[in-house]
Amino acid sequence: MKLKVAVIGAGVVGASIARVLSMYENFDVVLLDREPDVGWGASKANTSVIHPGHEEDPGEHPVRARLCVEGNRLWRKWVEELDIPARWPGELMLFYSEEEAQRAARYVELARLNGVPGVRMVWEEVKQIEPWVNPGAVGAVYAPTAGLVSPFEAVAAIVENAVENGVRLLAETEVRGVRVSGGEVCGVETSRGFVEADLVVNAAGLHADRVSHMAGVELDFRIKPRRGEYLLFDENVHVKPRMILHPVPTPVTKGVYAVTTVHGNLMLGPTADDLPEEEKDNLSTTEEGLSRVMEEGSRLLREVPPRDRVIRFFAGLRPEPPRGEWLIKAYDDPWGFVNVAGIRSPGLTAAPAIAGYVLELIAGEYDVRLSRKPSWNPYRVGVTSVRGKSPEEVDQLVKANPDYGAIVCRCRLVSKAEIVETVERMRRIGLERVTVDGVKFRTTAGTGWCQGQFCRWGIALIISQATGTPLHEVTVKRAGYGVGDVKVLLRGGSSC
Amino acid sequence: MLETKLDLVVVGGGPAGIAAASKACELGMKVGLVENREVLGGIPLQCVHTGFGVHVFGEDLTGPEFVYRLIDRLQRADVGLFLKSHVHSIELKAFDEKIVTVLSPKGVQRLYAKAVVFSTGARERTAFEIGVTGERPDGVYTAGEAQTLMDLYGLMPGRRVVIIGSGDVGLIMARRFALEGAEVKAVIEVLPYPGGSMRNVVSCLRDFGIPLYLSHRVVSIRGGKRVEKVVVAKVDEEMRPVPGTEFEVECDTVVVAAGLRPNVELLEKMGAALDPATGGPVVNETLETTVPGVFAAGNALVINDLVDYAVEQGERAAEGAHEFVSNRSGSVAWKRVVKGRNVRLIVPHYVSGERDVVFYARVKSPERRVFFELLGSDLKLYQQGVRPSEMIRLRAPSSAISNLGDRLVFQVRPLE
Ligand SMILES: Cc1cc2nc3c(=O)[nH]c(=O)nc-3n(C[C@H](O)[C@H](O)[C@H](O)COP(=O)(O)OP(=O)(O)OC[C@H]3O[C@@H](n4cnc5c(N)ncnc54)[C@H](O)[C@@H]3O)c2cc1C
Repeated sequence: MKLKVAVIGAGVVGASIARVLSMYENFDVVLLDREPDVGWGASKANTSVIHPGHEEDPGEHPVRARLCVEGNRLWRKWVEELDIPARWPGELMLFYSEEEAQRAARYVELARLNGVPGVRMVWEEVKQIEPWVNPGAVGAVYAPTAGLVSPFEAVAAIVENAVENGVRLLAETEVRGVRVSGGEVCGVETSRGFVEADLVVNAAGLHADRVSHMAGVELDFRIKPRRGEYLLFDENVHVKPRMILHPVPTPVTKGVYAVTTVHGNLMLGPTADDLPEEEKDNLSTTEEGLSRVMEEGSRLLREVPPRDRVIRFFAGLRPEPPRGEWLIKAYDDPWGFVNVAGIRSPGLTAAPAIAGYVLELIAGEYDVRLSRKPSWNPYRVGVTSVRGKSPEEVDQLVKANPDYGAIVCRCRLVSKAEIVETVERMRRIGLERVTVDGVKFRTTAGTGWCQGQFCRWGIALIISQATGTPLHEVTVKRAGYGVGDVKVLLRGGSSC
Repeated sequence: MLETKLDLVVVGGGPAGIAAASKACELGMKVGLVENREVLGGIPLQCVHTGFGVHVFGEDLTGPEFVYRLIDRLQRADVGLFLKSHVHSIELKAFDEKIVTVLSPKGVQRLYAKAVVFSTGARERTAFEIGVTGERPDGVYTAGEAQTLMDLYGLMPGRRVVIIGSGDVGLIMARRFALEGAEVKAVIEVLPYPGGSMRNVVSCLRDFGIPLYLSHRVVSIRGGKRVEKVVVAKVDEEMRPVPGTEFEVECDTVVVAAGLRPNVELLEKMGAALDPATGGPVVNETLETTVPGVFAAGNALVINDLVDYAVEQGERAAEGAHEFVSNRSGSVAWKRVVKGRNVRLIVPHYVSGERDVVFYARVKSPERRVFFELLGSDLKLYQQGVRPSEMIRLRAPSSAISNLGDRLVFQVRPLE
């Protein structure tokens, strides 16, 4: 008999858990998310750093420290298996005075305790290691194992692979209750009805406190949103630090980072502002926050491009648990309920390791004798893209499929073939609503300097054709692209 | 891989590009015209209002009518058309040898050319570029996107609209929405005066009872799924929001018509020098950029108010390219064009003094009863009023330029 598992939340944590559980015969997994797509929570808007693990104090947070270091190691394998855009440039924690250098030295010690390889102090050499460093920096803690991934694409890839291995995805399905009977969970109540489950894994990010309360456990546990704002610069600005740059952390935040994303944009951020508990949807940016980011960015970098080269700003919300403590626990009462809650930073880094840890927890706590699926396929291949290919290679692609020669997004060089295939893949994982944003985040179409002004309708038209949805009803992110047909509306017809 | 040998490749098939290709062909050159979309015409295609062609054709035409006339001329010339074609890169092999690599559903093609005309038009400034913060709900469009949706795809973007920017584009979009039965709640302009022409302020806003807020700025956008409202504030002289003056306007749609920027990404990659004032390339009187044999015209050169100027520039660039190809236009002791009093931008940047030149300029701030003049010459143009949003076009005969020194200073001088 297979155990039915409902994983709530298709963020990087829930998706990773689903993937790991899909390796075993023992589980039949449904992955639920309230959004129309996967990965639209904290996993989409973050710094995208795969942390080395030298900033985690094993005395204070032993599990977090261990899973961070292990996650960093696992990601190297996962990005290969799943064809996720990633780079491993290493990072520099810059310090600006002898006094700060002493504080920074502590991270070399933490690295030693956590078994993080290669962490050391560098001094004058820092400017040679990374020429974009601000001359005011006197040195840095260098951590060579730091990496960068495209976090949304990572979640999308993990889910594709999990679905390929038998996981069922239910998007736009909000969990509103956990049904318990005789001290055991028996499923979840959702916006689309009841979903039966023997085990319920709560990976609901910011809302994991509410879900936990639904199961009647950890009633005092509350997650607070801590907002982080970012600026993203035009790919064509010349300021492109190779390494990840950041200051010496304070107790509140790791500080503003400067990174060149895996797609080649300089990104600065985040801020750290605690919001009231009820503002878990407040992804607003603020002028004040953005100027702070610019200011702190200029402490890290020798030069910051002007504000008019900024192509986008955005904000993410950190799910901040009490004392920063992750709550990962399998319960006896109700039997079958598992919390993976309050997964704040470095949750992205640790996600693959958290998934392994949850597997062990489930196997141990609920006495599951794990048996591997022989047919489990670890691989997923990304959509072949025109970008980065030589003209000769593109010519070959076009010969096989002319749509590779139809460029939809000019800034990022994304072809119609890539968009068509992405739409197909989104439907294959079970998304009923294919959104323009979902396509955008998967293909990068519309993320360039023009921000979609020349390609949004092109993407929407492809979705409209592929799904048989009228153009105005195609969803951009959460609402329709338009309200109806111009002439029908003018004659008094109804809008959608 | 397909290979084609040409004299000239024109990149971008809007009005400037069509004009350049036609003209170059008429001059006897072998020309290829590369266009991203499957149709020629560029922006006017989506402009169903009139205001096109008053100078070129002596008639007030709609965008599509205007384009149709241009295409008519093009068809009489023997131009090689490359539609649905994206310029991937331009390689400078030698002084007069360029390789333009083009992607299209037919495959990758290499176009070998001696000269290139850039007429890639402009792009719009986005809400991010003009610093609008807040949430990022659906329902925010640039003016061009909204116009494309309405006039090419018959899609109504929304019903309660706020327009950011009162340039001609913003004004015309306000009217466009009103005509289709939308409620245009406000046009918000950060400057103390409207960006577009007075004629449009009257015929697009006043006639429809649409309020215009001058010296105001949309500071943020609010909304969950779709736009619910914008927060507007008064601005001070430095265009910073004045605390305490904020008010909200409920709407479901925000249209950003906050100006254009020349589309010069490829030029930038080729190493062409750019003018921060125009956002376009630095050019000489033949509209040649600092990359020899590479010319620019239309909105890729400088943001024009009138399509007629774009056409004129296209032809000028074609003539320049023709000269370049035929006699490798020799080395010239260029005279620098310098911005004097109240001149924000002026194109071209270098002239020889050997021929007549058409200058296009914009002022920094509005003034009444002024001369736009070339210092040290009798060349001057009386203007009842000048405003940054209205381009000044001035034809300078070579006689006015030739005996001046190596600096030509243009300035705006009050009558008194
Ligand atoms: C600004 C910022 C910067 C960060 N930088 C880094 C970094 O550089 N490196 C790093 O390692 N970590 C970083 N983090 C942390 C990392 O992003 C998070 O730890 C991680 O993404 C958490 O993943 P998750 O799956 O738990 O949460 P989420 O991604 O938020 O996923 C939770 C999902 O649950 C869904 N959900 C919620 N309630 C329900 C419900 N009732 N029913 C159904 N579905 C529901 C949501 O829609 C969402 O998709 C950062 C976080 C932020 C915000």
